[in-house]
Formats: sequence, structure tokens, C-alpha cells
Amino acid sequence: MKKFLSKVYVAFIFLFLYAPIAVLVVFSFNNSKSRSVWHGFTMKWYAELFRDEAIISAFGTTLLVSLLAAVIATLIGTMAAIGFKYMRKTPRTVLMQVNNIPMLNPEIVTGVSLMLLFVYVGRVLGGVELSFGTLLLAHITFNVPYVILNVMPKLKQMDSHLYEAALDLGCKPAQAFFKVVLHEILPGIVSGFIMAFTLSFDDFVISYFTSGAKSQTLSIIIYAMTRKRISPKINALSTIMFVVVFVLLLIVNLRKSKDNTTTKKKQKGMVKL
Amino acid sequence: MNRVKNKQKNKLKYLSGIYVFWMIVFTVIPLLLIIYFSFTTTEGKFTFENIKNIGEFTPVFLSSIKLSAISTIICLLLGYPFAYIISKIKASKQMIFIIFIMLPMWINFLLRTYAWMTLLENNGIINKLLSLVGIGPVHMINTQGAVVLGMVYNFLPYMIIPIFNVITKIDKSCIEAAQDLGANHVRVMTRVIFPLSMPGIVSGITMVFVPAVSTFIISTMLGGGSNMMIGDLIELQFLGGSYDPNLGSALSLVMMVLILISMGIMNEFDTGEDVMAL
Repeated sequence: MKKFLSKVYVAFIFLFLYAPIAVLVVFSFNNSKSRSVWHGFTMKWYAELFRDEAIISAFGTTLLVSLLAAVIATLIGTMAAIGFKYMRKTPRTVLMQVNNIPMLNPEIVTGVSLMLLFVYVGRVLGGVELSFGTLLLAHITFNVPYVILNVMPKLKQMDSHLYEAALDLGCKPAQAFFKVVLHEILPGIVSGFIMAFTLSFDDFVISYFTSGAKSQTLSIIIYAMTRKRISPKINALSTIMFVVVFVLLLIVNLRKSKDNTTTKKKQKGMVKL
Repeated sequence: MNRVKNKQKNKLKYLSGIYVFWMIVFTVIPLLLIIYFSFTTTEGKFTFENIKNIGEFTPVFLSSIKLSAISTIICLLLGYPFAYIISKIKASKQMIFIIFIMLPMWINFLLRTYAWMTLLENNGIINKLLSLVGIGPVHMINTQGAVVLGMVYNFLPYMIIPIFNVITKIDKSCIEAAQDLGANHVRVMTRVIFPLSMPGIVSGITMVFVPAVSTFIISTMLGGGSNMMIGDLIELQFLGGSYDPNLGSALSLVMMVLILISMGIMNEFDTGEDVMAL
């Protein structure tokens, strides 16, 4: 009985989380612009999607800014995390507090404060206006703390003597870093990169305040549409994105569990030998 | 030899140089600008006018705090049992459930909120289903309830994940010890598991409350024009009809102080553990 109840509960939560997504997917195949009445099956929104230049170019901008921001933030963040580790305690604590600000602050405050910076600096220095450049700077700024959040624990777990051992064995500092330290913290760097990319890709609020009129991301276009009427083309686009992410996650996880079973089998084989 | 090594190790700290500079320019200075704009007029003269003017908006602040507090409590009530149930199943299956909790976040949240509009409208899908069983139509869209629903929907994963992370890390022997000493299910729950999951609850509450109290999309889309929140007010001052960055900065400053105070109160319950990293 208890088991049954918890199954019902889990199902209820998933129903709640996926109901709007189901609506979105179903109506991407609706043969009408209506978003509540079914008029028969069609694929025309998918065809029209690829002919819509505004959506395609916004998709390109979004992809470009998230990739660039994630790469740069991963570089800066990883370097910063290593630097923080070898600092004395007081400056480290102060810097970590400042680093936490963009994560703790409401997004709207981060967005507005960066907008003030760009507009103010633009007025004082001249020539700076809201554009792809300011959008990218803003994205890097809110990404780096999440990279550090992911890299820091791996650095803490790492045996700090490893680096010294590499030096003792004749590595130059750079070699010791790339061959030993980087190898140890790589999982943290990868998950930091993925997190940064995801946050950038999905961001609306900060982009809204820092992008200006020329470099619009998908979220901004969608927001403009919600004020009038959302085209089913956007439903089609998000259905495609959802399926791609879903398949990627599935592949990654199937491979992981496969790896686990094969290593287990190998271990068993070793024992037999 | 050792000293040389320490020197080389110490050099590593300079790797953070770029980021320290970055933080000063893009985190510290923008926040100082907010403070500067809050206390100046459009001509740049010192003034308390902006802060004083916020008094007019007290109802907006109160309703924002009320709606986001209600949403946070509902998230906790819905999320805790869910996190607990998931933590009880086999470790190999847990990851799948967690992925399915995170997956909706991959669909643009504006679109998910927009889909709720479709569901909640007067002639929307839920009302059509209700009319089949003879109820309704129930007026749902453009109410405070719809705003709360939108917030719970968008931020529930932020409550589930930290609580789940903490519960799975609870030492099983603590629970067994309590059972050996004669505690029944309810007592194990209230005296052992719940207190030990406090750090997850605290970080879940902050992770839901902060974005909820500062949102401006959910209230616009699901609340209509009548349920304005602090975020909507701030947006209006910067990109909306009533352009006034000085008042907008003052509003942001007051909101930040409010959030800092509530986080300070929450941290009283926290043990200071890091629970967000997966």
C-alpha cells in the first residue's frame, strides 16, 4: 500500500512537470495556429521553421554566445579555482564571497547592474553600446561562478602532493600542471562547462537587459512573441531541441551503465584468472 | 628544495589574476553603480528621494513576498516527499529519475510558462476536461493562484535536487541505530532524517525563494497586468514605459537588502555544507 501510494505520488509530480511540455509538443503538429483546439496533424510548422530567418538567426546567436561564453568561462574559472586553492585563507575567503554574488543575487539585479555598467561606460567613454559584445561579457560573468563551483570540489579531493611528486620526478611546472593536475580535475571542468553552456543557452533575464536590439537570442524573440501570439514554429523548434537533449542524455547514460557492467565483468574475470 | 617548490606553488595563485580583475569590473563595480544611482538624481546630485518614493510601492513588495513565500512552502511540501521517495529506490535507477526532473529545464522556461497559459485559459484544456465531467468553467488564468502555480512549476526542481543530495548522503547507520534503540518509522523520520536533511532544505528554500520573489515573467504571463511584482516594477524602470533607472536602482537595492536579510535568517539553520554540486 505504501509502495503504491509513493508510486502514485511520483507519477503525479511527473504529470505536473510534463503536462505543459506535452501540450507544447502536441500543438507543434496542429494544423492551425490555435493553441487549444486540435485541427488535425501536420508537419508544416517544421518546414516553415527552417525558412524563418529571424528564428534561425536568433538560434545561431544563442548557440554562438553560449558556446563562446562557456569556453571562456571554463578557462577563466578553472584558472581562478586553481589560483584560489594556493592562496592564503583570508584573501581566498573574500574572493569566494565576491564570486558567489552572481549566483546569490537575483538574475534581474545582475542584468540591471550590468546594463547600468555598459550604458554608463558607454556614455563616459563613448562607442560602447549594447550589442553581441556586451551580451557575451554578461554571459561570461554569470557563468564563471558555476565553473568554479564544479571545479573546486575536485581540486579539494585531489592529493596536493601529486603536483609536488610530478615536480620531484622531473616535470617542469607546466608539464606537471597539464599531465597531473588537469587530469585529476577534468571531470569537474567538463561538468562546469556543461552547466555554463546550459545556463547560457536557457538564459532570458540577463540577456534581456544586456543584448540591445541587434543581437537577439531565442529567449528574447520568444518573449516578444508571448506579448502577441506564439507561432507554432517555436513549438516545433523546442520539440526538436527537447528530443535532441533527451537522446543525448539517454546515450550518455546507457554508455555509462554499459561501462559499469563491462568493468565489473572484467574485474570478475580477473579474480577467476 | 622545499622552498623552491613552495615558491612554484605560490606562483599558481596568480592564475586567478584575470578573474579577480573580471570580478572587480563586472561584479563589484556594477553593484556600486546600483548604489550610486539609488542615491542620485538624473543630474547626478545626491538625494534620498528615490528611496523615499519606494514607500508608494509597499503593496507590491508585500504581495511579492507573500506569493513567493507561499510558492516556496508548496515547493517544500511537494518536493520533500518526492526527494525522500527517490532516495529510497535503487541507486542505479535514481539517476534516471533525477534526469527526468532536470529535463524540463531544457525547454525554454518562457515556452513552458506559455504552455500553462494554454492549459489554464477560460476555454483552455483544463476547463474543457472539467466541462466533460460537468464542472466549470473555473476562472484560473490572471489570478494570484496562477502566478503561484507558475512559480512552483518553474522552481520545484531547485527544491528537489538539494534535498535529494542531502538525504542520500545520510549515514545509514544513524537510521539503523535509531531503529535498534526502538524508534518507530515516524520517530526515525522526525528525529533523525528530517533534522539531518536541514542543510538541503535551507538551500532549497533559498534557491526557490530568491528567483520567485524577483521574477517578472511569470507574473506578467500568468497574472495578467493586475498581479504586479517587484521584478515587473524594476523592469518597467529600465526597459518599460516609465524609464527611471534611479528609481529602478533603488528598487533593486531594497530588494537585495530584503533577500540578504531573509538569507541571513535562513543561514541560522544551516550547517554550512555545500549541497548543490551533483
